[in-house]
Amino acid sequence: MTGGSSHARHLAEVGRLANEIRLSVEQVSYAYSANPAQAPLFTLEATSFQARPGEIVAILGPNASGKSTLLKLIAGALHPLSGRILLNGFVTHTLAPRIRAQRIAVVQQESRLLFPARAWEFVLQGRHAHGRSLRFESERDVMIAKNALAQVGAASLSDRWMDQISGGEKQRVILARALAQQPLLLLLDEPTLHLDIAAQVGLLDALRRLAAQNRYTVVVVTHELNLAAEYADQVVLMHRGRCLRLGPPASVYRRELLEQVFQTPLSVEFGASGRPRVTVLAGT
Amino acid sequence: MRPLTLHRLLLQCLLLLVILFFVVVLALKFGAVPVSLYALGRDLLRVVFGQSSGISSDYGLIIVNIRLPRILLGIIVGASLSVAGTSFQALLRNPLADPYVLGVSSGAALGAILALIAEPHLTISPVFAALLTPLGAFLGAAATITAVYFLGRRQGQIDSSTLLLGGVITASFLSAIIMFLMNTLTGNLRGLAYWLMGDLSTSPQKSVYWFLGIGFLAATGAIYTTAGDLNLLLAGEKEAMHLGVDVPRVRLVVYIAASLLTGLAVSVSGAIGYVGLIVPHAMRLLFGSDHRTLLPTAALGGAIAVVFADTLARTVVAPAELAVGAVTAIAGAPLFIYLLRRRLA
Repeated sequence: MTGGSSHARHLAEVGRLANEIRLSVEQVSYAYSANPAQAPLFTLEATSFQARPGEIVAILGPNASGKSTLLKLIAGALHPLSGRILLNGFVTHTLAPRIRAQRIAVVQQESRLLFPARAWEFVLQGRHAHGRSLRFESERDVMIAKNALAQVGAASLSDRWMDQISGGEKQRVILARALAQQPLLLLLDEPTLHLDIAAQVGLLDALRRLAAQNRYTVVVVTHELNLAAEYADQVVLMHRGRCLRLGPPASVYRRELLEQVFQTPLSVEFGASGRPRVTVLAGT
Repeated sequence: MRPLTLHRLLLQCLLLLVILFFVVVLALKFGAVPVSLYALGRDLLRVVFGQSSGISSDYGLIIVNIRLPRILLGIIVGASLSVAGTSFQALLRNPLADPYVLGVSSGAALGAILALIAEPHLTISPVFAALLTPLGAFLGAAATITAVYFLGRRQGQIDSSTLLLGGVITASFLSAIIMFLMNTLTGNLRGLAYWLMGDLSTSPQKSVYWFLGIGFLAATGAIYTTAGDLNLLLAGEKEAMHLGVDVPRVRLVVYIAASLLTGLAVSVSGAIGYVGLIVPHAMRLLFGSDHRTLLPTAALGGAIAVVFADTLARTVVAPAELAVGAVTAIAGAPLFIYLLRRRLA
């Protein structure tokens, strides 16, 4: 009966892990190639990290370092070459799209609309995975969409057309649609790109508050070293398809390491909050 | 917030049904031979009560044996082309997609002609022989949309202008092959040329009507089950996938069903252009771009448009007749140019 008891122990293990670790990226690798016969153009070497509910993880690195590939793998848009990604113990890339969308929401760089839509119509799209394709939205769906808009401070935008609001407002509505999916895991690809500083800080403040309130696990891909230092609980530092360092910002932000990765002279200081702050030393 | 309700959808459809009814009355009344509304009502009631034999006048025979079947055909063809256009626009993320512009209608016409050429050489029962043309048209439509889809792809993404240009060139290439094949067909060549321009004047047999009606309902029903998915596909395939759409499944269902609709329509009426372009755009302006409303309203709107256009085609140069395809092209081509210019602006 050793097999049975080990199975029971395995189940207990999964249960214990499910309480603590929500997202587990385990030795995940990937390779892009234009042609299967040729050598791959880009490879992501085996990468691992874990995240708990309420945690914000920032994936940092220069262009072509593998940040976006890693995010696509977590989102289930790509299948890993080796390794696996578990969300509450389930392998993400084998889930049906509908089931996956109930658990993972992805906020991408702004999408172009073919025909005009109002903000509330856009947010209601987030409810799609929770109903059948042909169904009409219920009172509950409308309530969840309204709440989502209110949670990102965009309740007043509800009746505006999506192509007539500012970039910052649009980014909030896109985030509201992700919240309407009621996910466990929120993935964001460069959410602050093209936003002014006030909009960047506003968005990230909202994200931190939501992660704490709703116990989302948040993974953000970004170029913004200082915003990541300020808002992330964990940083995954990527360089040429490898994860160089993993940990809280204070342990990852080392001057030599960042200079090597970003190929730019810079200085790192620690403020009163204990969070690092990076200054680029241009022209020295 | 004002989400779509079944109530609102039914009201919109009812409105269009009323308009369709008036257009049908108009189409029954006008033609080379004018008919009074009283005679029209009397003869139609006789048909409804199964007393067709009581209709003795020539006018009555014109109504029941010529105009009514033609109107029915117009309704099915118009609804089919319009639903096909709506589906292609969502799937290809291109507001200018239309079965005619993309070359799908030409592909269906070529398939139908190949079936006509092959028919005498095959030993099959007459029942199946009648279905050979629609089947050929469907296969031609499906093959063409597949080819145009791959022509329009660049680096894994559909490029809008390449797609349209690919469609237009494919259409002209297929038309050239059709011209070539027509020389091998003996018989009513002028009728065939007319049919290629889009024409409702040759009524098919009664069994074909049943086949058309059932095919239309099945294909439109299949597309309608994906209405919510199509709304999300407008944002792009990747985004739709992240929102929970099973993209490959939806794509397959809609491609097959829309090809079937185009094939059915072309096999009985030839290539009537621009219906799938004009009607969905008008319905979006009137009722919004949610596919749960757009698909049924586009079907009704397509029926209205084609029956109306055919009435014009029959009356404008009476006692001669225009091809209905000429009427829809005169209305549709300028609209296409307008939409194209507005998109580039």
